[in-house]
Amino acid sequence: MNAGGFTTLLYKELLRFWKVSFQTIGAPVLTALLYLLVFSHVLAGRVEVFPGISYTVFLVPGLVMMSMLQNAFANSSSSLIQSKITGNIIFILLPPIAPWELFGAYLLASVIRGVVIGAGVYLIALVVAAVPVAKPLWLIAFGLLGTGILGNLGIVAGIWADKFDQLAAFQNFIIMPLTFLSGVFYSIHSLPPFWLALSHANPIFYLIDGFRYGFFGHADVDPRLGLAIASVSFLALSFAVLLMLQRGYKLRH
Amino acid sequence: MAPAIEIERLEKRYPTTHALRGVSLEVKQGEFFGLLGPNGAGKTTLISILAGLARPTTGHAKVLGHDVVTDYRNARRKLGVVPQEIVFDPFFSVRETLRLQSGYFGLRANDAWIDELLASLHLTDKADANMRQLSGGMKRRVLVAQALVHRPPVIVLDEPTAGVDVELRQTLWQFIRELNRQGHTIVLTTHYLEEAETLCARIAMLKQGQVVALDSTKNLLSHFSEKYLKLTLANGALPEALLSRVSSVNGPQYTLLLHDYGEVEQVLAGLREARLTIQEMEVLQPDLEEAFMKIMRRPLA
Repeated sequence: MNAGGFTTLLYKELLRFWKVSFQTIGAPVLTALLYLLVFSHVLAGRVEVFPGISYTVFLVPGLVMMSMLQNAFANSSSSLIQSKITGNIIFILLPPIAPWELFGAYLLASVIRGVVIGAGVYLIALVVAAVPVAKPLWLIAFGLLGTGILGNLGIVAGIWADKFDQLAAFQNFIIMPLTFLSGVFYSIHSLPPFWLALSHANPIFYLIDGFRYGFFGHADVDPRLGLAIASVSFLALSFAVLLMLQRGYKLRH
Repeated sequence: MAPAIEIERLEKRYPTTHALRGVSLEVKQGEFFGLLGPNGAGKTTLISILAGLARPTTGHAKVLGHDVVTDYRNARRKLGVVPQEIVFDPFFSVRETLRLQSGYFGLRANDAWIDELLASLHLTDKADANMRQLSGGMKRRVLVAQALVHRPPVIVLDEPTAGVDVELRQTLWQFIRELNRQGHTIVLTTHYLEEAETLCARIAMLKQGQVVALDSTKNLLSHFSEKYLKLTLANGALPEALLSRVSSVNGPQYTLLLHDYGEVEQVLAGLREARLTIQEMEVLQPDLEEAFMKIMRRPLA
């Protein structure tokens, strides 16, 4: 095992976003804050999704998770596509780094970036609304699984895409709609039957819902079901990514 | 002693091209070896397979006895590759780049060697500059340093002097020669045949994915390139006895073929007998370019 290779690659991936933290951490936190201010201003008082919980408070966990998921995806996908397009991917392909070490480093970096941003959004949101944490272990479990799943998807997209616009398409036409329509801004029980059924087919819905359960101890579906779906998705994706890396798909011709 | 590089019946097919068609060759430890061929002959594919950047369709490649597919970790530890394209990571400085590269090979405290590399490649004053701020030649030297951070015994340079100015080329060759003297095996691809002729002791030539010549530089030159005597006569024409040697004529200027340098004496004697005066005379050395052209023109087996 090349432990040094793994830790160096992880360190490099962290350094990569840390060096430009203004845009990789600052910008997403600001975006989440803007959502919170605008939506809570428009909807506070009109909607009460969960009994006894104001809309602003209801919104915070969803926004935290949405930011975490989108940035976990952005981290691995943008790092890989940049390295591929500029050609410096060879710096990590020439050394004796095993496929699973590569996988671990990119995935962990994505999870860490997601968690840092989630913490940032939560802390800033505290200024606007006091959000309790009822079940911290559930929150942590869904947070890690969610960023892990999106970090994996980011690796897939980053390896698959040959050009920036292909990656942008993946992000805009798959990741964005799935996160937006996952119940970040509402409870899916307020939806008409068709959209309700569709939401149940959206894996990201279970991540948001389970994460929210960690805050309020209250969810749209049984969090155990959500945890099972998230765990299976994570394992299946990890397996697929490892297989891609093992075979050298689009990396080693 | 395992060969530095051992390539056995290597085939590489891409969906639309057949890049390597059964290449076999061996490079011994400590050699300075040249890999020549026109564009598209398969040189870079061969290097990519050695480096693990491409996978062989069939056949095997080994670095110091380690198979590049099944024992890739050891093979890659023994191999340093300087890529053809100038690539860099704009997020990092020169020193950071070299520290990261050391880390990928599992080396933690490597600063003493990094400093030595920077000094040898005249990069010490650029150590803390961001990669973006460097000129093309400096980036090229950083790539050389990156390839050497793990002190590989076998070093492959893929056209390292393409588009590089004379001064840098000299510095680079001095450095590479020194590494070779210390015992490193060097494999070089280049389009500058003069470079290959002066540096490489042995050469393989590739054409359309096949090895079409594999011999010492000396033998290639003596088999495929001739020696010539170029003469300009001040008075009269060449005596009849020497006409069989003529390879080309341009007014009073004759180019005569020599089989060996001893024949110069015969030519001069012939001229003396005919009372001819030489205005200018030059012996043309065999060169690799001529050998290369001849070998490339031969039909493939």
